[in-house]
Amino acid sequence: MEQKKISSKDLAWLIRRHSVEMTHLSKGSHIASVLSVADIIAVLYAQIMHYRVNDPLWDNRDRMILSKGHAGAAIYAALAECGFFDVQELKTHYQDGSRLSGHVSHHVPGVDFSTGSLGHGLSVATGIAYAAAKSGKTFKTYAVLGDGECDEGSVWEAAMFANQFHLSNLIAIVDYNKMQSMDFCEKTISLDPLTDKWKSFGWNVTRVDGNNHRQLAEALSQHGDKPAPTMIIADTLKGYGIPFMQNDILWHYRFPHEGWEYDAAVAELHRIKPDSVEDPYTPAGVAYPTIPPDADIYNDHTTSATWKPSSFKLNDTDL
Amino acid sequence: MRDSFVKTLIDIAKQNPNVELLTGDLGFGVLKPFYEQCPNQFTNVGIAEQNMAGIAAGMASLGKTVFVYSIANFPTLRCLEQIRNDCAYHRLNVKIVSVGGGFTYGALGMTHQATEDIAVMRALPDVAVLCPGDLVEAAAATRAATAWPGTVYLRLGRGGEMRVHHVIDDFKIGKAIKIADTTDLHDKKTAILSTGAILGEVCEATTILSSKFGIGTEQFSFPTVKPIDKECILKCCQKYDWVFTVEEHNVVGGFGSAVAEVTSESGLPTRLIRIGINDQYCHIVGSQKYLRNQFGLSAKSISQRIADTLM
Repeated sequence: MEQKKISSKDLAWLIRRHSVEMTHLSKGSHIASVLSVADIIAVLYAQIMHYRVNDPLWDNRDRMILSKGHAGAAIYAALAECGFFDVQELKTHYQDGSRLSGHVSHHVPGVDFSTGSLGHGLSVATGIAYAAAKSGKTFKTYAVLGDGECDEGSVWEAAMFANQFHLSNLIAIVDYNKMQSMDFCEKTISLDPLTDKWKSFGWNVTRVDGNNHRQLAEALSQHGDKPAPTMIIADTLKGYGIPFMQNDILWHYRFPHEGWEYDAAVAELHRIKPDSVEDPYTPAGVAYPTIPPDADIYNDHTTSATWKPSSFKLNDTDL
Repeated sequence: MRDSFVKTLIDIAKQNPNVELLTGDLGFGVLKPFYEQCPNQFTNVGIAEQNMAGIAAGMASLGKTVFVYSIANFPTLRCLEQIRNDCAYHRLNVKIVSVGGGFTYGALGMTHQATEDIAVMRALPDVAVLCPGDLVEAAAATRAATAWPGTVYLRLGRGGEMRVHHVIDDFKIGKAIKIADTTDLHDKKTAILSTGAILGEVCEATTILSSKFGIGTEQFSFPTVKPIDKECILKCCQKYDWVFTVEEHNVVGGFGSAVAEVTSESGLPTRLIRIGINDQYCHIVGSQKYLRNQFGLSAKSISQRIADTLM
């Protein structure tokens, strides 16, 4: 396969379009997570990282670990579009006998490390960066984390180690879409103030609009002034690009069903499609469907909508 | 055994700059010779075993052979998923070393007694499980673990174990080592297979069985629990009506279970008795020697149990 030259804008759109198709065909999960991280992945693969599609194990390639492994479709789509394997294979995602598991698998060319259990990726990336620094290797190591993933203690173990050993060759990005599996982070385990937390752990921290390619590229190409790892807090919107999925926890697990859900998702993507890119599935787009009056959209599907732990107060008498 | 490991690892590390040692902030004094002689190959990652296993995987993915060192259950159970997903699944050269198998740290309490680690580690595909029986086996196992491609668990005693071997020339992962054979001396015969540092007690039990009970024993040490030496087990099954396993570990899932898996599928009528900790936690305080006594793992109680079974 040849490495394809592709703009990050085009790549991000293709990641979104492929992931709608992949989750639709497979009835798979995590479409909203893929949509939120798509721009980060696209900027990394189209503008920032050094790699060779004909030599995926090239010794001096930049390493990349998608620690939020549930957004695996984003990586698979990016790798296929960059030329690591045939784009046709994306349709096998989740299917019997496929190598494209729901969570990221290193049995796919271009994938450096398998993930899926949260809280592992930053430690492994840190180990890679540490060994690279010790061996005088010059490549960079990138790790993309989810925000909910920062609930895991091991993330902070790695944060402390990377600071201790001044790993300036390590760049981590948190896809900060403010939602986790069942609710908003704030209603689950609050991460605020996330920027200050990472700063206090000694990292160079920048905060950007994580769906803005210019801001992402700028943050990813200039690292902080102190010899320390870099953290980019990327404010994103879960479900970005498909308005009826945006900021709605339902789409963490739900897939675009046949009918208005799929049609509306594709139609919405066509509204933001760059002219330079072609839709490989529905080249002419689809007509925007009529949304059925009883369609369950824009509702708050979070657990806190029905169950409000904030109303629980410990009384003096309980102590 | 612990010092024997460190001494051997220093030799290996001096030869091979790709060998690295990580510790989870344990080994004060013990690891000193290593970090004095190989300072660039040593890292204290702090009290963070999950991170240590992940770091080791990352380093190994760049071609390093990474030993991670801690005691008791900390380098295994505390970070089991990192070992499974990050080390074993990626077939990375990470060697997990735990000092303090069984009741080594008896008096420190239940948290510091590694009594399920063999069972847990051997359940992981592509992980070799080594439990050397004395300091000579420990040195040989350390070399073999370094050369073995992939993830290895190395379970060590602490020190002061009885030296059984003078030298081992042909140590091989997956091969048992014959320790004693008194079967020529007696009509009643059996085989005793053991793993790990309980070896000293088993040697003594073999002597007691011969001198006091008139029972001949073919005794083997199994420094490797996985891959298990099937050939040795099957030969014992063909020769003897009863086979005994001894381990300083829970009888559930450990060495005895590994042997049982072989005997039960062999079609042979041999009866197997697993001697170990009988599926319980230990809340009694005491030295390793004391606790072995309490749990039927002293030479005296091992030999008595075997004699009672055969008589």
